[in-house]
Amino acid sequence: MTLLNLCLALPVAAFLLLLMVPRGRPGLSRWTALAASLVIFAVSLGLLLGFDRSTGEFQFETNIPWISAPPIRYHVGLDGMSLWLVLLSTLLTPVAVLISWRHIATRVKEFYAFLLLMEFGLVGVFVALDLFLFYVFWEVSLVPMYFLIGIWGHERRIYAAVKFFLYTMAGSVLMLAAMIYLYNMAGTFDYGLLMADLVSGRLELGHAEESLLFLAFFIAFAIKVPLFPLHTWLPDAHVEAPTAGSVILASVMLKMGCYGLVRFCLPMFPTAARDNAPWIVLLAIVGIIYGALVAMVQPNMKKLVAYSSVSHLGFVVLGIFSFTQLGLDGAVYQMLNHGISTGALFILVGYMYERRHSLEISDYGGVATPAPNLAAVFLITSLASLGLPTLNNFVGEYLVLQGAAKANFAWAVFAAIGVILSACYLLWLYQRAFFGEAGDAVRSHMSDLRPREWAAILPLIVLMVWMGCAAQTFLPPISAVNARIVERIEQGVVVQVRNVAPVLGEEAAHAR
Amino acid sequence: MPDSFIPSSSELFRLLPEITLTLAATLIMVLSPLVKDREQNALGYVCFYGFLAALAAAVASHFDPGPAFNNLIVVDGFATFFRVLVIVVGILTTLSSYQYLRRENADSGEYYALLMFSVAGQCLMATANDLIMIFIGLEISSISSYVLAGFLRNRRQSIEAALKYFLLGSFATAFLLYGVAWIYGITGSTHLMVIRSALAGRGAQGPGILLAVAAALIFVGFAFKVSAWPFQTWAPDVYQGAPTPVTAFLSAGPKAAAFAVLVRVFVTAFGPISNRWEPLLWISALATMVVGNFAALAQSNIKRLLAYSSIAHAGYVLVAVTAHSEIGTAAVMFYMAAYALMNIGAFAIVSHIGRQGERYLDVEDFAGLGERQPVTAALLSIFLLSLIGVPLTAGFFGKFYIFRAALQADLVWLTVLGLLTSAVAAYYYLRIIVIMYMHEPAETTADLPPLSGGLAATVWCSALGTLLFGIFPSLILNFAGNSALLAR
Repeated sequence: MTLLNLCLALPVAAFLLLLMVPRGRPGLSRWTALAASLVIFAVSLGLLLGFDRSTGEFQFETNIPWISAPPIRYHVGLDGMSLWLVLLSTLLTPVAVLISWRHIATRVKEFYAFLLLMEFGLVGVFVALDLFLFYVFWEVSLVPMYFLIGIWGHERRIYAAVKFFLYTMAGSVLMLAAMIYLYNMAGTFDYGLLMADLVSGRLELGHAEESLLFLAFFIAFAIKVPLFPLHTWLPDAHVEAPTAGSVILASVMLKMGCYGLVRFCLPMFPTAARDNAPWIVLLAIVGIIYGALVAMVQPNMKKLVAYSSVSHLGFVVLGIFSFTQLGLDGAVYQMLNHGISTGALFILVGYMYERRHSLEISDYGGVATPAPNLAAVFLITSLASLGLPTLNNFVGEYLVLQGAAKANFAWAVFAAIGVILSACYLLWLYQRAFFGEAGDAVRSHMSDLRPREWAAILPLIVLMVWMGCAAQTFLPPISAVNARIVERIEQGVVVQVRNVAPVLGEEAAHAR
Repeated sequence: MPDSFIPSSSELFRLLPEITLTLAATLIMVLSPLVKDREQNALGYVCFYGFLAALAAAVASHFDPGPAFNNLIVVDGFATFFRVLVIVVGILTTLSSYQYLRRENADSGEYYALLMFSVAGQCLMATANDLIMIFIGLEISSISSYVLAGFLRNRRQSIEAALKYFLLGSFATAFLLYGVAWIYGITGSTHLMVIRSALAGRGAQGPGILLAVAAALIFVGFAFKVSAWPFQTWAPDVYQGAPTPVTAFLSAGPKAAAFAVLVRVFVTAFGPISNRWEPLLWISALATMVVGNFAALAQSNIKRLLAYSSIAHAGYVLVAVTAHSEIGTAAVMFYMAAYALMNIGAFAIVSHIGRQGERYLDVEDFAGLGERQPVTAALLSIFLLSLIGVPLTAGFFGKFYIFRAALQADLVWLTVLGLLTSAVAAYYYLRIIVIMYMHEPAETTADLPPLSGGLAATVWCSALGTLLFGIFPSLILNFAGNSALLAR
């Protein structure tokens, strides 16, 4: 059993273990969940040690039959892109456990059980190399999130949960239809075999056929990203979800959509992707600016952060559809950055909510006086999120903008407006919440960070700096993967993917 | 002319499940007057063991496949599959009825006898290879079902359900019989193989309109039984009024058998004229999915909601029939098995929540079940998620196989529209989960006793089956795939 299988099996084991914890023992549930999620994280760090960073190949592969007819295989593997996304999921699960320690007081056992089931689905999505298996994980991750929002959320939780479920479901049934269609043509669900067939021309898609298949996949992913104008479920889901739910949703779940675009939409349907790029990029840019403008006028902190996600993810889509090495690298890097910094913002907003029981910015003001540490951490996170150099988002946004500029300079110009706007809304939020005269309510409620809270936020702060200053730790494996995709898109040459790619990966790494 | 009028032992062996069921049912009828009123429920055991024996016979007869009784019936993999399925449905219904009858003070041997006769009729439908045989099986099954639907004769709704079911049902079977007569007139036979070769030989010439009318008449009969549009209107009233275990039975057993004959007749006998009936089924399938799923959105009575859901699911299965291919047939088989499990499980829990007199049948009555009885709520959630079609449940693979068959038959639009209606369906199933877990607990769940006895057995078996076939669908599918090639 490879480490990767262990990363998938352990969350399920932990889920079952938690179900067996007696009902009246919330403490035991918490500690079990924490221990389990830390063990899973440790195991996933093992992946990093055994990972060959120089290649764009899939590693830690397992490929065994699951269902005989139609041939569906349990085929999982890891490449440079999925490696980081898996680590992001396994890192944020213990963080989510920690931040829910006090916040979740009812049905504790079930909460943590769903959180671990969620982890199973998320890790699975990022490592599945069989289209069908991917779909299974995609849907499996939907159910626990639906319960997390619906049971432990705020007032309008039911509306938000159902909306979330139905939006995703509507998109994913189309994806399922497209997958079956592909299967009927190619006779396999296996990603590697499908790609080989498509690249070598054994499987030829007609023009209209390719466009429709691309759209079916694209809509499913775009809903999840979410791309303007399919984003309306996101603010509701974020605002109503409990903190841990928002964190997992923003940091990892939205990445499922971005990941799908890079992994499936681009390499499988390169022509259709190129044909459709103009309007997709337009929507991405509209999303960047629209998200930022709406964020600016939000009186509710959580909603502000949620709309900032719409804006940030516009960058990711822009980077992906620039079809340049830099743009794609930036997009994937930005997925991780957004996971870290927006996750941290949600955590901090959650901390503030736990103290003051309000999400309205107007209920705060002068928080820096009673809680200087909280203020400092919030500032670093905001600066990271708005793209200050030496912090993580800067690297991603820079690469995306450079890639976009290479494709079409106007795109970069308009997208750059988003960067400016993000500085506006985040700094304005910071000013209103943390500076000024501290009222009585703020003074009495806003205590500073506790050790448990430090433990949850500190790893993210460290990562923000690390990812901002030493991007080379993270980028080479990503570039190696993207190099193959760019190759596939730009030239569409008949190449044997498996042989050519490692060379390209190295070249890209040297070129940097 | 056969050599002797005494059937050979192998012919009897091939009919053994039906014989067993009939004998056991007769035994119950004989014993019933001899047993005291208080002890009538003991006859439930006779029924249970009778079903087990029939199950063994059905499995055993699989090892000696072939036709019997002058080709009137045929034992093939397809027949065995549906025989086993309807008998398992019978077993689960028996288990879930035991406590129900006691609770409603309706203990009586007849109930079990009728159940067994009904299942015997369905077994006969599964094996029938001749339109007359199909008609006889259908009538045995239906007449027992009419009585079962009205079994609680002191309850007005139950009577109404039975009357509606009976009147509309006999009307529909009359159509079927009329269609059989036309077919006999056109082809000179009621035997499916002979009809097939006659139609194949005739080709496109001949009285095409007569053939079309005959096929349409036969379709009317079957469409009523599977509650396909436009003959679905009886289902909500009957499902709501019938005793809950009977509702579960109606939605699984007779429906599975009706789909079995629908497939057998249309894919084998009418196979040569598939281009004629395909558009008919296409429209009916789509309309059934749309009507079922959209009408279910507005329901607040859980039995009515599940009735509309059952209509919608019939629509999905019709999609697979429309594909009329081998994998389409396999998809029908898998789906009926998956659907039987999840639906019987769901209805068993509904019957548990409803309690004496079926008082608590509003979806709001489920409020707080997640807190008061987490296990029951979790089990119902599994059934509902399976009905939605979430992966790792049997319902998901059922849908997957159906739509795969449809796409392979180039029914792209039917697939896309069908899948979209199934996304709509997620809403009303989710509503129940929302109420169970996310609403303030209602008084109705406060004094709910825990699941126990036969009901618990039914629910757990169904849940385990739903998950097992959701994770390892090959267990059924390989068998279904191997036996989907019907005798032609």
